[in-house]
Amino acid sequence: MKTLVIFPIIIPLLTASFCLVSYKTPRLQWLFTWFGNLSYFIVALIFLQATYQGNYYSIQIGNWEAPFGITIVIDLFSSIMLLITSILVFCSFLYSLTMSSKEEFRSGYPSLIFFLMMGVSGAFTTGDLFNLYVWFEVMLMSSFVLMAFGGEQQQLEGSIKYVILNLISSAIFLASTGILYGMVGTVNLADLSIKFSIIEYNYPKLIVSSLLLIAFGIKAGLFPLYFWLPASYHTPPPGISALFSGLLTKVGMYSIIRTFTLFYKEVDIPIQNTLLIIAGMTMLIGVLGAVSQNEIRRILSFHIISQIGYMLMGLALWSVMGIAGAVYFIVHNIVAKSNLFFISGIINKKTGRYHIKSQGNLYQESPILSICFLCSALSLAGLPPLSGFVGKLTLIIAGIHSKAYITVFISIVVSFLTLFSMTKIWIYTFWGTPHYKKEASSESDKNLFFAYSAIIILALLTASLGIFGEIFLNISEKSAQELLQPLTYIEKIMEY
Amino acid sequence: MNSLILKTAGKYIAPLLFLFAIYLLFTGHNQPGGGFSGGLVASASFILLAFAYGVEQTQKWIRISPLYIIAIGLLLAVGSGVISILFGQPFMTGVWITLESLTLGTPMLFDTGVFLVVLGTTLLIILELIKEV
Amino acid sequence: MEWLFAILVGGLYSAGLYLMLQRNMFKLVLGMCLISHGANLLIFTAGGLTRNLPPIFSEANSIPAQMTDPLPQAFVLTAIVISFGVTAFLLVLVHRTHKILNTDDVDDLIKTDLQ
Repeated sequence: MKTLVIFPIIIPLLTASFCLVSYKTPRLQWLFTWFGNLSYFIVALIFLQATYQGNYYSIQIGNWEAPFGITIVIDLFSSIMLLITSILVFCSFLYSLTMSSKEEFRSGYPSLIFFLMMGVSGAFTTGDLFNLYVWFEVMLMSSFVLMAFGGEQQQLEGSIKYVILNLISSAIFLASTGILYGMVGTVNLADLSIKFSIIEYNYPKLIVSSLLLIAFGIKAGLFPLYFWLPASYHTPPPGISALFSGLLTKVGMYSIIRTFTLFYKEVDIPIQNTLLIIAGMTMLIGVLGAVSQNEIRRILSFHIISQIGYMLMGLALWSVMGIAGAVYFIVHNIVAKSNLFFISGIINKKTGRYHIKSQGNLYQESPILSICFLCSALSLAGLPPLSGFVGKLTLIIAGIHSKAYITVFISIVVSFLTLFSMTKIWIYTFWGTPHYKKEASSESDKNLFFAYSAIIILALLTASLGIFGEIFLNISEKSAQELLQPLTYIEKIMEY
Repeated sequence: MNSLILKTAGKYIAPLLFLFAIYLLFTGHNQPGGGFSGGLVASASFILLAFAYGVEQTQKWIRISPLYIIAIGLLLAVGSGVISILFGQPFMTGVWITLESLTLGTPMLFDTGVFLVVLGTTLLIILELIKEV
Repeated sequence: MEWLFAILVGGLYSAGLYLMLQRNMFKLVLGMCLISHGANLLIFTAGGLTRNLPPIFSEANSIPAQMTDPLPQAFVLTAIVISFGVTAFLLVLVHRTHKILNTDDVDDLIKTDLQ
């Protein structure tokens, strides 16, 4: 079991290298891709099962002892994220089976996705702040290349904004790691957690944690720092946008939850208030941006921001229920939001455009697509019995328990506005008279079989996350309990 | 660029640079040097050739695509970590074997991997840039 | 010595920020480089400055005061390698953008923000 801990990192790395070796033969690449996906999925499943029983698994890379070497840890929160990552990457490959061309495969598309996956799973499993920075960079480098993939005019513009803002965030992250190391002399998260609470002066702590919040906030797309997201996320091909929307911002969110629960073992009122305000503003501004847009992918990009606000709200409540809601919400959002991006790609294949006012009557064209869209869109808005409802309900109840009434009120208003903008897409795109000329070259449903199966899997997943909500909530509640009691985490790592 | 001086000098300097790169790679074990700096110097030798003789000729001399160099380097680097798993140690622990007076270990293998990855990446980017100018 | 490094780091950051606020795309890249150098030096300074001591812990040299902390050096080395890769990519990206959009003014990159 202990050797398996490194596998979520090794498997994508090996698959990526093998794909790179065989970059001229797409068939061989497919073989490696499926093999890599499958083995990653199995490993993630094993870890979910094992960590659900309250176990922690950690190894020290290179056999250097705990506070000095690099620690890789898998606890319940990490393994939930690993599993959902593997499902999303699997669906994205299924989707690109029909949606991307052979040329894309020749230019190394699968290996880039696996490098991205390696960075993401490294960030989910690492127990070391500096190592987290390295994984962020691995993830960012591959996402930079994927963002500019194809090299169209819009993409290049989008990538410049994306790259520069993310690099600034990395520089801030690096600086805060350096300052933290200067303050306490360690970068191991467990060790930091002990030493951080011993620091007497409050201001250096505040400086470091706000620097970390800014660095992760840029990556997650929090309120005053989200500008790069709607400017760039709609430019790459839909399969890539879906992967980005599902994984990248969530990694930022994961890091915020991980570091803040470890650094502040009890509620710190000024920080809690700041987080609550940021969460409320993120939700509100994001959804207002979405309401004013008329291009499907731009609407969805703004919704990413507003949904990030919910996750931050869960953390800011600082209760078991709140964090359980946040964990559940991350999983729900990865599934629902990526599915909407996938669907927007298929809509574009059918109508040739993304602007909603130039579409229409797609329901008659393909009922399955519309049902999948409806399922994910309503789940995003938070209607029962879909997954968004469970997540939002948990967060709202937790908010009422913690007496954060204003944020709860904002979150309810935001849900209504989300529903509004989802119905807007529905009315213009799936109902009404078509505003586009049906071209003879537009693809029929049969040619898109694999793309359809990807969106159907994700739609079923979002429905079952809602219907069997209790099981999934139990898991996230358990991980929330673990997150709020970092002492066990610390003991498990330091004893090694 | 078509300069006789650069061509003539490049012919002699480039192999020396590459030799120096390999020296850096091996000396990196316990002295300044290592895979990263070695890889940079090695790519500098090819870039010198590319300036003197043009990109196409240089690619012909390199023979394989830089992507393959990156892939082989990655496999070497990961492989060196996996070896220690096979020996029952945590990932990336150094495993050493001694042949008479020569001691070989996985860090060497890892450094060679880094050397190749750096060489490949730098060549990929810079040759592309020279081609476009 | 620390104050000298502090001033240097501050100078690098401000120069980097100044360059990033320019509208020229190539200056953006240079600014990014300066900021990452600033961050590297910051780590190096925060890790403690010691002169002329090896970063080696051995039986002959086991007193912490007689050795340099090797970790900041490792951090800086890693960060330098990463910023090398990122800068190389950024240069290619800027070059490509310049070629396709025919501009190096950041203010011309507004197409993605329009409807």
